[in-house]
Formats: sequence, structure tokens, C-alpha cells
Amino acid sequence: MTDARIQVPAQVRRGDAFEVKLLIPHPMESGFNYTHDGKPIARNVIRVVTCRYNGTEVFRIEPSSGVAAHPLFTFYVTARESGELVFEWADDAGASASARAKLIVID
Amino acid sequence: MNNASRPVPHSPGRRALLVGAAAAPLWAGRAFAQADPEVAAYKAFVGARAVRTERLVLDIPRIADNGNLVPVRIALPGPFAPGAEVKSIHLFSQKNPVPQMAVFHFPVPVGRVEVESRVRLAGTQRVAAVATLADGTLYAATADVIVTVSACIDGT
Repeated sequence: MTDARIQVPAQVRRGDAFEVKLLIPHPMESGFNYTHDGKPIARNVIRVVTCRYNGTEVFRIEPSSGVAAHPLFTFYVTARESGELVFEWADDAGASASARAKLIVID
Repeated sequence: MNNASRPVPHSPGRRALLVGAAAAPLWAGRAFAQADPEVAAYKAFVGARAVRTERLVLDIPRIADNGNLVPVRIALPGPFAPGAEVKSIHLFSQKNPVPQMAVFHFPVPVGRVEVESRVRLAGTQRVAAVATLADGTLYAATADVIVTVSACIDGT
């Protein structure tokens, strides 16, 4: 769960909206599938993903089973100060994880 | 003589073709009316509120080979007046067992409103996206996707 891949620019200009890519390895088990023995596989999808930028929440996603396995999200954040982006997510199984990315803001 | 006799055997074919051509739009129209691609969850979300359709961009393949992995991009070009920033974007499916596929929230105003992800689609259907602005304005867009291999095919 913690081997998420994050892509942010090395440097961004203050005030610019920069692209953030977040890929979370997760099966996003929809709950509609069955094992070979015919037993239903319990639903286990990521319920919420948040992105905090120097402590302030800047983006939040509420996925469902309608989001593909190993979800990839691309979104934009406006650069304010150098610091850190913290991504956190939690799934139906109660597991949660986080990932971080450093950000340098230039003028 | 040859010229005179030729059209006779050909004419039924031509007439049938003409009749067929005339009937096709009627049939297509009826088929469309029967299978009205309404996205129920989208209708329920919007309710009686007014929806504008000129601005939101919903970018999704016309034909998706694999319903388990359909790339989708939603964008709302700015600029946004103060107090009219985008607060959230909802993404709805017509046929998925869980019609609300994802919700994207923007707790703080952002310079570029654009999100990309990959969704699952259970069959050929219409998808709808709705952006809610801070002042309550709704922007919506719909797109029809032909899905060759459906996600979560069945449980039999």
C-alpha cells in the first residue's frame, strides 16, 4: 500500500497550478466478483484519498468500485510555498497509508 | 431492348432499398426513444436545479475496448469569479451497479480545474459529469461510450 507513485514537478513558480499524478497500487475489489469456489469476494475499495499541501487540504477524492484497480489520479494544485504534499487514503478493509512529495516553489 | 428490360428486375431491389432508407431513421428514432440513455444517478443528483452544459469538458473514449480501465478526463476551463470557484465534480455511470463512480472535491480554489482518472464501465452506456460551483451553479457534460468488454460482467 505504501509503494504509491507520485509525480510532481521538481520546481514550480509561485502562483502556478502544477500537475500532480498519484498512482496507488490497490486491487479496488468491487465486491461483484467471485472466487473459483464460487465464494463472493468482499468489497475492498479506497473510500477516500486526500492531498494536503503544507497542512491544508487541497484536494479530496471519494472513489467507488467504479474506479479501476490501481487507481491513477491526475489533478492540479496551486503553488504557494515550498514544502510538502501529503497524500493519505483509506480502504474498506480499514487499511490506510500515506505518501509524501517535496515541492520547491521559486519566484 | 436490353436497356428497357434491365430496370424491371432491378427495380424491386431499388424500391426495397429506398423503402429501407426511408424507414431507417424512423426505426433508429424509435430505438433511441426506447433505450433512452438517461443517467438516473445524475438526474437524481441534479434534481430540479438548472444545469449549464456549455463549459464542462468530459473527455472519454468513444469506444473503450476494456471496460475495466477507461481513461477519463474532466476539465472546466477558467477563469472563475471570486465566490464561483469549483467545489466538486461528480462522475456518474448509467449502468454500473454503483452509479456514482467518483467525487472530486476542491476544498481550496485552484488555478486549473482538471482531473484525470481511470474508471470501470459495466457495458456500453452514457456517463455524466457534474461540476458544482461555490455559488451553486451546475455545469454538466455527458458522453456515450461503447464498451467492448464490460467490467464486472456477471456473477453467474
